[in-house]
This record gives sequence, structure tokens and C-alpha cells, in this order.
Amino acid sequence: MRRHTGFRLAALAAAAALLVTGCSSNGDTQSTDSAPKENVKLTFWTWAPNMDKVVAGWNATHPEIQVTVNKQDGGDPAVTKLLTAIKAGSGAPDLMQAEYQKIPTLVSADALADISKQLGSGTSGHFPESVWKSVTLGSDAVYGVPQDSGPMQFYYRADIFKQLGLTVPTTWDEYAQTAQKVHAADPKKYLGTFSANDPGWFVGLAQQAGASWWGIDGESWSVSVDDEATLRVADYWGGLVASGVIDNKPMYTPEWNAALNSGNQIGWLSAVWAPGVLAGSAAATKGKWAMAPMPQWSKDQPATGNWGGSATSVTSQSKHPAEAAKFAEWLNTDPGSVDALAKVSGVYPADQPGQSSALSAPPAFFSGQADFYKVAAETAKTARSFTFGPNLNVTYSAYTDEFGKAAEARSRSGFTAAVKAMQKTTLDNLKSSGFSVK
Amino acid sequence: MKISSSTRRRSTAPYLFIAPAVLLFGAFLALPIGYAVYLSLRTVKVRGLGLGKGSREQVWAGLSNYSKAVTDPDFAASVLRVAAYGVLVVPAMLGLALLFALLLDTPRARARRFSRLAIFLPYAVPAVISSLLWGFLYLPSVSPLYFVSDRLGWDLPNALSSGSVIYSVANIAVWGGVGFNMVVIYTALKAIPTDIYEAAKLDGCSELAIAWRIKVPVVLPSLIMTFVFSLIATLQVFAEPVTLRPLTNTISSTWTPLMKVYRDAFTRDDLNSAAATSVIIAVATFVLSFGFLRLVQNRAFSQEN
Repeated sequence: MRRHTGFRLAALAAAAALLVTGCSSNGDTQSTDSAPKENVKLTFWTWAPNMDKVVAGWNATHPEIQVTVNKQDGGDPAVTKLLTAIKAGSGAPDLMQAEYQKIPTLVSADALADISKQLGSGTSGHFPESVWKSVTLGSDAVYGVPQDSGPMQFYYRADIFKQLGLTVPTTWDEYAQTAQKVHAADPKKYLGTFSANDPGWFVGLAQQAGASWWGIDGESWSVSVDDEATLRVADYWGGLVASGVIDNKPMYTPEWNAALNSGNQIGWLSAVWAPGVLAGSAAATKGKWAMAPMPQWSKDQPATGNWGGSATSVTSQSKHPAEAAKFAEWLNTDPGSVDALAKVSGVYPADQPGQSSALSAPPAFFSGQADFYKVAAETAKTARSFTFGPNLNVTYSAYTDEFGKAAEARSRSGFTAAVKAMQKTTLDNLKSSGFSVK
Repeated sequence: MKISSSTRRRSTAPYLFIAPAVLLFGAFLALPIGYAVYLSLRTVKVRGLGLGKGSREQVWAGLSNYSKAVTDPDFAASVLRVAAYGVLVVPAMLGLALLFALLLDTPRARARRFSRLAIFLPYAVPAVISSLLWGFLYLPSVSPLYFVSDRLGWDLPNALSSGSVIYSVANIAVWGGVGFNMVVIYTALKAIPTDIYEAAKLDGCSELAIAWRIKVPVVLPSLIMTFVFSLIATLQVFAEPVTLRPLTNTISSTWTPLMKVYRDAFTRDDLNSAAATSVIIAVATFVLSFGFLRLVQNRAFSQEN
């Protein structure tokens, strides 16, 4: 009996070893063959819902390049997995959904392939400049094809605005006045909250004011987290939180959901994907919301920021970068595919030509607002560009720590101090890692 | 032939028996510890923009990761915080565990089996789940506690504000830990021969005096063991604050030493610093628990002999 099990184990181990070597040698021979006769098989890590159905459209028309979707838990877990696979030397997929803010981190870890040679010359024309810059990092290389974007708008409870006799704020001064009126009418009600747990949200606000925290200057990085625009935004919110007219609790908590549902949070500065979140967090308020462009710093130069959005990137471990790039381009620029992305997968496509035809009817949660996607498309054009850096995670965790303290203390000076602390942490980390920094 | 094979079998048998344990120890404990120590002595250096192939390499760092860790003000703050947390948790948890064990052991106790189970049950709830449950209770607008106190006209303080958050986290640990420690102490109490109690009663001892003069001294070794376990658990506190963190502004990413290890490894992608900090925590845990055991050894265990 015992010897039997031992033998079986040995046989299993041998089989496994054969499988492993079989796989790798097979891969090697294919990579040397530039024009494969056999079918190419690609794997694609993504967390967008129903992506397999969108990809089925490609597989049906491209029998020679078959793509398999491998569903991921979300942006952060997928990045951690990919970085581990890159360090291990194998295990990465051919294609990967990469959030814009993570692209510098991934490129810095040599996880993404430059596909500038493989893409058609007109590809960049499909996307707003600010979005295209996120996949090039301002260089000649291209590290992915933009898939979706998250231009920010102002979401508010139209019914409560009407009840309180409020008008939709178009400038940040008006936003502050409205916040005060809301809180004065009912001390439990707030026009919004300052969330120290959502660095991506604050980046969108700073981006709207004209900030760009990192930059590439020749062979060096520059860091400007504490630029004038960011300090202005931090000071503005510090003032609102210190005076108590804006709440200081984080978003995405059971408390926040309850406040959205009960009508104690009556506004949200969010991105175009907000209807999906509201439908989940505040189901009781369906049809009561409306969307308007962001309040502005300067009325004659309307601008907005992006919160979220991702590209389809080819990994550095792919044996078929040319085929993978071809698929990424099709997925995000082909009219049929973009239409499916919007309707089946529910993303807000970054592709401008496909956007308008794909998104004609408003989302169900905002069924009362017929011009929802018209406003979204108009604001998307005004999104300012923003360069992310290779140590974004360090900056983001400094944001949660520093703004957590400032928001809890309701201290206006704490908000600008938090920005300065983020600048110092980011810069120190880049320098101590050995990056050349200006 | 027969004899030699049987002696050979006898001489190899012990090695065969300990082989699985040694292999498991080597593969899953010694090797990872060795690798962590190795990583803690290395660092990653980036060149230029750090983009693309060959721009980073691993180099020897000497003890620089260690000096960075001990001079980091965040680390010092997290150590002090855990010390304060331990001062709150350990006496409260062991005190309640001893009290419940003694109460269950009194002759007049009723519904013993049910009480024992009820006190033990929270220990069976995973820390993440219990933190989520308590997290809901701590948030004013979704908490039944706040709802009731609001109706009664009381003004409860915010459980997650910067002044009270440490008590809220400690409360979760006490809630989850009392049951286990109570069972350990109760088992020790059950092992006391009843003739000692009879002798004490003949001498006119009250229940309270029996508890204080006989039971507590006899279960002292169990108390010491539970103290060491609690000390180690305190130094490793992680799940409760991490689970509560998204609900509040008051728990930073380096709130406890282990959270700093997690942040360095997975948020900052700096495995080397994380390895150095974890080696420091491991050594501190080792020194504290063995130091304490040596300190109390003579006093506690000499009585038994």
C-alpha cells in the first residue's frame, strides 16, 4: 500500500515536471517563429464585468488569435499578482488591464511592453490628449491602449436641492456657499464629505485645478505634489472641513452609504461611473439624482479631472506582443467592440468616435436625465492631463495618513501641511531608492 | 541476514520518524526565516528614470535597513502605541478570564455548561469578522448602540475618534480573547484535588478566601502561560486595526508595527525594509516572552515541587 502511494506520488511529480518543461520549451519555439502558422493563444487579465462576452466578438472573427479572459479581483490585487509574476520570471498574462495611475509603477518594474511600433498611426487620434498621455508618460513609447476614463462631475440630489431652494453650484465659491446653506438648513445634512481614504479622488480635484504631481525632465523625475494648484485645493477643503459645513468622514463606509440613502449626504463629487456606485450604495434614492459639470475655479476655462480609468497593456512576458497589441487596439477602438464595452461591460469608453453612438440612453439610475452622456462627453473633453510617478503608492499611503490626521483634527492649516508632508515623503522615497530626481 | 536487516531498520527508524517534522520545520520555518534575514540585508537600487529593463538591481545593504527601521519615527510611535494597547488589553483580558473561571468554579454556579460556551464563543469568531461586527457598532448612524442611547437622550462619544480608537480596538481583542484564557484557567482549576477544599473548609475558610488563597496560587502557572500568549498576540496585533481602518481617519497605515511591515512590503513594494522590521519584531517577541518566563520561573513553578 505504502509503496503504491509513494510510486503514485513519484509518477505525479514526474508528470508535473514533464508538463512544466513541455510548456516552457513549447513557448520558446513559438517565440522564435515570427509568423506563427499555428493559432496564437493569448491570456488577458481584467476585472471589467462581462469582458469575456466582448472578447467573444474578437475570437469569432479572428480564429488565428484566440484570447482567453482571466477575471481578476480588481486593480490593486491584479497589479500585485503581475509584479510577483514579473519578479518570478514567468506566470504573467499576455494582456493586462492597467489603471492609468499604476502604469508608471508597472513600467518601472519592467512589466509592460512598449507597443508603439505595433499600433496603427491613427490610434492616438481616438483618445483625448490627457488620456493618451497617461499611456505614453509623455515619451515616445506607448504602454497600452486606453480603455475607459473617469472624467469627474458633480452629482447631487435634485429633489432636495429643489426642496431647499438651491441652485447647482458652478464655481467653487458657490459650492462653499451651497454647502453652508445645506448645513444651516439641517445640521445633519452635508453637501459632501472630504475623504482621507480616497487619494484618487483628491488627485482628480487637484488635476482640475491644474496640478500634475510628477514629471519627466530628460533623464530625471520631478516631483511637485506641493504645487500652487494642489495647495489651493487643500486649503479650500481645509476651510470647508474646519468650518464644519462639509463632513470629514471617509467615503465607502457603511456610515456613508447610510447617509447617502437617508439624504444626509446630498452631493458627491465623483466620476462618470458614479451611477453604478450609487445604485449599490444608495438604492433607495433611484431617480432622485442629477449630474452637472464640476464647480470651476475659473468660469472661462472649464476644466475637470479624472478619477479612475484604465488601459489594455501588453506585458513584457508576452511571447506574442504583436498579436496582443493588435487585439488591444481592436478592443478599444473598433466601433463594434467599443459599443459592446459600453453596453455589455458597462465601462465609459475612452474612444471618442465610438463613445457618442455607444452611449445614447442615460444609465437606469439617472433615467430622468436624458443628456447624461452628452454632459459627460463635454466634460471629458475638458479633463486636464496629469503625470503619475513610479512611487505613486508611497504618495497615496502618505495621503491617507496625513489627510486622515488633518481631517480628524478639522484643522485648515493641517490640510496644507498634509500636502507638504506628502511632497517630502514622495521625494525622499524616490531619492533613497536611487531614482535620479531633479 | 534477518538480524542485520532488523537492526538496520531499528537504527534508521528514529530518523524516519522525525524526518517529516524536520522537513516541515526546515521548509516552512527555518528556510523562510533565513530568507527574510537575507532579504533584510539587501536593497534594490534604481538607476536614472527607473523605467524599462535593467534599471533596478538588488545590492547588499549591510545593516542600513535596520538603522532605517529603528530611527523611523512612525515605527517608534507604533511601538509605543502597541505598548499602551498591551497595558489595556492584557490585564483586562486575563482579569476577566480569571474572574469568569473562578465564578464558574464556585459550587453555587448555575448553567455552567451554557455560560462556559457563551463566554468561549467569541474566540471562535475570526478577528476580521469580529472587527467588522464591532465596526458597525462603532459607527453612529448604523449602530444600534447609538440608536438606543440617542432615544434615551444620552450623548455617547464617538468610538473611533482619535482619543478613543485605541480603547475600541482593545475592546475587540478583549471580547475575542477572554473565552480562550478562561477555558485554560478553568481547566487548571478543575485539576485541583477536592480534598484541599475540604481541608480549607474545616479550617473555616470562606469561598472568597479559598479562591484567593488556594485557587489563584495553584493556577498561577496557567496564568503565566496565558500571559505569555497574550503578550505575543499583543505584539502581533494586525487584523483588528486593519479591518477598522477604512471606517475612520484615526488609524494610520503604520498604526502597529506589523501594519508598518505590511505597508512597506505591499504598498511601498519594499520587501527589504519590511524584512528588517519583521526580524526586529521577531527578536523583540522572543526576548520579551523568554525574558518574562525566566523572570517568573523560580517564583511561579517552585511552589509546585
